[in-house]
Amino acid sequence: MASEAKLPVRTPEESVSALSAMKAVFSRDLKTAFRQPQDLLNPLLFFVMVVTLFPLGVSPEVAFLREAGSGILWVAALLSVLLSLDHLYRHDFNDGTLEQLVLQPQPLFLLVLAKSLAHWVLTGLPLVMLAPVLGVMVHLEGNSVAILCLTLLIGTPVLSLIGSIGAALTLGLRSAGVLLSLLIIPLYIPVLIFGTGTVMAASESASVGGQLALMGAFLVLALTLAPFASAAALRISLSNS
Amino acid sequence: MAFDSFSAFLAMGGHGPYVWACYAMFFLLMGVVIWWSLRQRRVVIAQQQRRAAPMPSADERPTASFTRIESSQD
Amino acid sequence: MWQIFHKLGSPKWFFGIASTLMPWLLVAGAALLMTGIVWGLVFAPQDYLQGNSYRIIFIHVPSAFLAQSVYIMMAVAALVTLVWRMKLADVFVTAVAPVGAVLTFLALFTGAVWGKPTWGTWWIWDARLTSMLILLFLYFGVMALGAAISDEKSSARAVAVLVLVGVVNIPIIKYSVEWWNTLHQPATFKLTEKPSMPAEMWVPLLLSVLGLYLIFGWLACLRMQTHILAREGRTRWVKELVQARGN
Repeated sequence: MASEAKLPVRTPEESVSALSAMKAVFSRDLKTAFRQPQDLLNPLLFFVMVVTLFPLGVSPEVAFLREAGSGILWVAALLSVLLSLDHLYRHDFNDGTLEQLVLQPQPLFLLVLAKSLAHWVLTGLPLVMLAPVLGVMVHLEGNSVAILCLTLLIGTPVLSLIGSIGAALTLGLRSAGVLLSLLIIPLYIPVLIFGTGTVMAASESASVGGQLALMGAFLVLALTLAPFASAAALRISLSNS
Repeated sequence: MAFDSFSAFLAMGGHGPYVWACYAMFFLLMGVVIWWSLRQRRVVIAQQQRRAAPMPSADERPTASFTRIESSQD
Repeated sequence: MWQIFHKLGSPKWFFGIASTLMPWLLVAGAALLMTGIVWGLVFAPQDYLQGNSYRIIFIHVPSAFLAQSVYIMMAVAALVTLVWRMKLADVFVTAVAPVGAVLTFLALFTGAVWGKPTWGTWWIWDARLTSMLILLFLYFGVMALGAAISDEKSSARAVAVLVLVGVVNIPIIKYSVEWWNTLHQPATFKLTEKPSMPAEMWVPLLLSVLGLYLIFGWLACLRMQTHILAREGRTRWVKELVQARGN
């Protein structure tokens, strides 16, 4: 346990700045995650397997895959982020770390933001890095693959941020996993639409600057609003249990 | 009056099934919601009545369980 | 001002007001709705493009209209719940969500059935129908979360957070669904937008919208009263009320 908690538990006199508290939370999440590498690998394997299902289940034809490829990759990425969300708070909730986080003098939404960013680094970023390989496997052209990775790069942090609200709301509930998907999937729809739409526009060699800017706007909106909602939800869930 | 006869009204110019299916579904579902809400209310009122009901008087009250609890107190 | 606000928040006060209002709401709502529907079904002229199938409008539009405004009302109530911790507001959110879901379903159902004679298929991935479907998902999420948390207070507050997150998303969802729709199929024919609707058509439509609003108001009062009775069972006024009602 000694190596476990690296949270800034100090007296108010030597109070920690919000930024360094965020850093501490972020690096702690990374460290604890790397202790169980299998958990990090699972969403990625899931991503690859779901993508594999489509050529097998629908059609391996190049024309179909090229048309549907961006959608398949986006849906698979969305689902694997969704699956990994359950881990975002559960471990900390079970061992009591979360209660400590809520009690910190630093604003909770900043710490939540740090946790969401750590979640993205652990799941979203690997998905983005894996996407080119799968993009080639579904016969996307070079330009489309690049745009796809770009949309995933902008889009997956939005998924992590919005997802953190759902994870906080369903914390400590029975069958939280299904409920979480139920709550969050409708909120993911705009990201999915613009993610795939941008790639499609790029494959028709239309300009995609506007769509990418809009996705950036989604990201900014999620960065500013989601941590507040997530922090409020965390407080409610913790007072409940 | 947009229709010449009652049968023309029912037929809705060939679109009768669609129109009537919509209206039937509307009234059915609204009816179900209203019925369900009224029932829920009755159930809750009955529950609260049972909860608020005064304790039965001493002579008709079963005595066994109470004495047993008292004896186990020491 | 604050006194009125606190009074508004008191379940007992609301219960009394609701009881006096409800008969009026029901009678006026039913009268308006039935007038609108009968007028629309029997007396309104036939549409030159769609024939008689357009008469579905007199329930489709009220359902769709209310489905959306119920969610907005829930969001306002959710904000009040979170900011002022007003008891009545969270009762409103939990009491009204299933009604909103039913109305959304009705809007979808009537839209789909209307689509068959006009578009030739039951379902089309049209922007309006699709965003209605997503609204239905949002309602389901709210209901599922409310049911999953057993503690009433934290259930209400968690649901309030979700409703607010949803309402921030609704315009984004609408916009993106519309964009997506133009990407895939340019809109050829829209259900509710007509070049100009004669008064014989829009007056009954307005009546049925108003009527359904009033009926919703009645239903909301009824369901809120039920929730209040269930929650405030320990207070004296509920006990007295319940006693007076029975026996």
